[in-house]
Amino acid sequence: MSFRPIIGKIGLWLAILVVVSPAILFFLWMASLSIKFEIDNASYPPVFIPERFAWKNYADVLASNRFLTYFLNSFLVTGTATLLAMLVGVPAGYGIARMAAHKSAVVILIARITPGLSYLIPLFLLFQWLGLLGTLWPQIIIHLVVTVPIVIWIMIGYFETTPLELEEAALIDGATRWQVFRHVALPIARPGLAVAFILAVIFSWNNFVFGIVLAGRETRTLPVAVYNMISFDQLSWGPLAAAALIVTFPVLLLTVFAQRQIVAGLTAGAVKGG
Amino acid sequence: MSATSEAGSVAAKTAPPEREWRPPSYWPFVVPALVVVLAVIVFPWVFTIWMSLNQWKVGSPTTFVGLANYLRLPNDPRFVEAVGHTVVYTALSVLLPLIFGTFAAVVFHANFPGRGFLRGVFIMPMMATPVAIALVWTMMFHPQLGVLNYLLSLVGLPAQLWVFHPATVIPSLVLVETWQWTPLVMLIVLGGLAAIPIEPYESAQIDGASFWQMFRYITLPLITPFLFIAAMIRMIDAVKSFDIIFAITQGGPGSASETINLYLYSVAFIYYDLGYGSAIAVVFFILIVLLAAVLLYLRQRTLWTEIGGGA
Repeated sequence: MSFRPIIGKIGLWLAILVVVSPAILFFLWMASLSIKFEIDNASYPPVFIPERFAWKNYADVLASNRFLTYFLNSFLVTGTATLLAMLVGVPAGYGIARMAAHKSAVVILIARITPGLSYLIPLFLLFQWLGLLGTLWPQIIIHLVVTVPIVIWIMIGYFETTPLELEEAALIDGATRWQVFRHVALPIARPGLAVAFILAVIFSWNNFVFGIVLAGRETRTLPVAVYNMISFDQLSWGPLAAAALIVTFPVLLLTVFAQRQIVAGLTAGAVKGG
Repeated sequence: MSATSEAGSVAAKTAPPEREWRPPSYWPFVVPALVVVLAVIVFPWVFTIWMSLNQWKVGSPTTFVGLANYLRLPNDPRFVEAVGHTVVYTALSVLLPLIFGTFAAVVFHANFPGRGFLRGVFIMPMMATPVAIALVWTMMFHPQLGVLNYLLSLVGLPAQLWVFHPATVIPSLVLVETWQWTPLVMLIVLGGLAAIPIEPYESAQIDGASFWQMFRYITLPLITPFLFIAAMIRMIDAVKSFDIIFAITQGGPGSASETINLYLYSVAFIYYDLGYGSAIAVVFFILIVLLAAVLLYLRQRTLWTEIGGGA
């Protein structure tokens, strides 16, 4: 599709501007809210760049004694759930791809379709019965519902495209299946591992619904903690926006720097979803 | 996509039989994941179905009631209302991202400097933490201090109550959902555009076709399968949308934006009526599967009419 040179070029850049501006403007406004004092946030017409920056919004959020706890909770839940998912999901993806057991992917599709809340009802009872509710374990375990299907799904796709010849040569040379997996298949699939890891981390980090049901005062993850801030200080926008930005900042950073992997993973998952 | 997986499975099928020693199977690789999937996905499902057949409230003894929970549903006005809200919310949240996403995909299909970086920026809304996003949108929707009403006043439109009025709450939430999920549609359609060969465009250009004509008669038919996939994924996600609605309105004002998923939350975790909640969860799941099946059926039918039209 070639445009008539100059008019086409201007038109293209206008279209690009239209397409990306909702995202850019939103995040700029979010940043603006987070560095303004209350007076500037409450002024009309709105101020975009204030005369004085309220860096103390960030300092307050970071200094509040609970923030570190919540950050640690998020880190532990996301980290453990992702590592466990990689541990069981990567070999599973390999096994399913090599057995060509495509039907088993139906389970993963069902997991994709099921609303998160329906897992919560039975697992909530189970955790209560096991007496786990005051700890981080319920959240770590239920986050597996998010991370395991992502990892398996993406790894099936990757192992299906890696060449079989090397693996067969290794088998003929007397290597065991496990050695072939560990020393031949896994190194080739390294880009796939990165994609699965990144997406599992992001979706687990962002998860909210499991936390509002399962987290107690001490076990909140960051999204739940931010949500609770909304209900308690409706009026102080600056610190709220700062907290929101801090929570989502790692994800945004990852999105821009690993956009190639993220796009590859999402389109693989999406296109296969059909 | 299908070509590579076919090649893979053909290779997998032809290779093993030539060897006489049957190597140990690949099952050991799958077993740990199978245990996890059974524990956190299959078990909850079976247990949910069992609970839905019981009167099961936290703090009182459970009794088997058969299908009574399901029979309650059609007579529950709040549930019926929630179904209506879900239908409207989902229809709009599929349609709008589909339109904008297709437009964005055509733009990103062009070659321009900084394309990768801008694509990264473009997909930020769908990767960002939904609750954090919802919080900022809530501030933007504020009738007095929100930036949206200021923007409206710039173009001479009257101020709106956005999520604070029953009539505008669902469209306002759809605005957020559209902003958030248009990128996913873009990525799927972009994949479709990449698969279109260049020849049809070349011959159309020689025949003097306009940009719009080329889009309408070459691009659109060829990306239709991808649009269906996008519509299906969008439908599944929009139907069970929770974070955005819960964080911005909690189903309010009143129950004006209460979708099935929000109602399910209230029943199960505010009223602790777990048996009835489980019944809603089962019906909700069946509804999603049915909707997905209808879309798949439509896709099949359009494929046939295209073949029929060609012959």
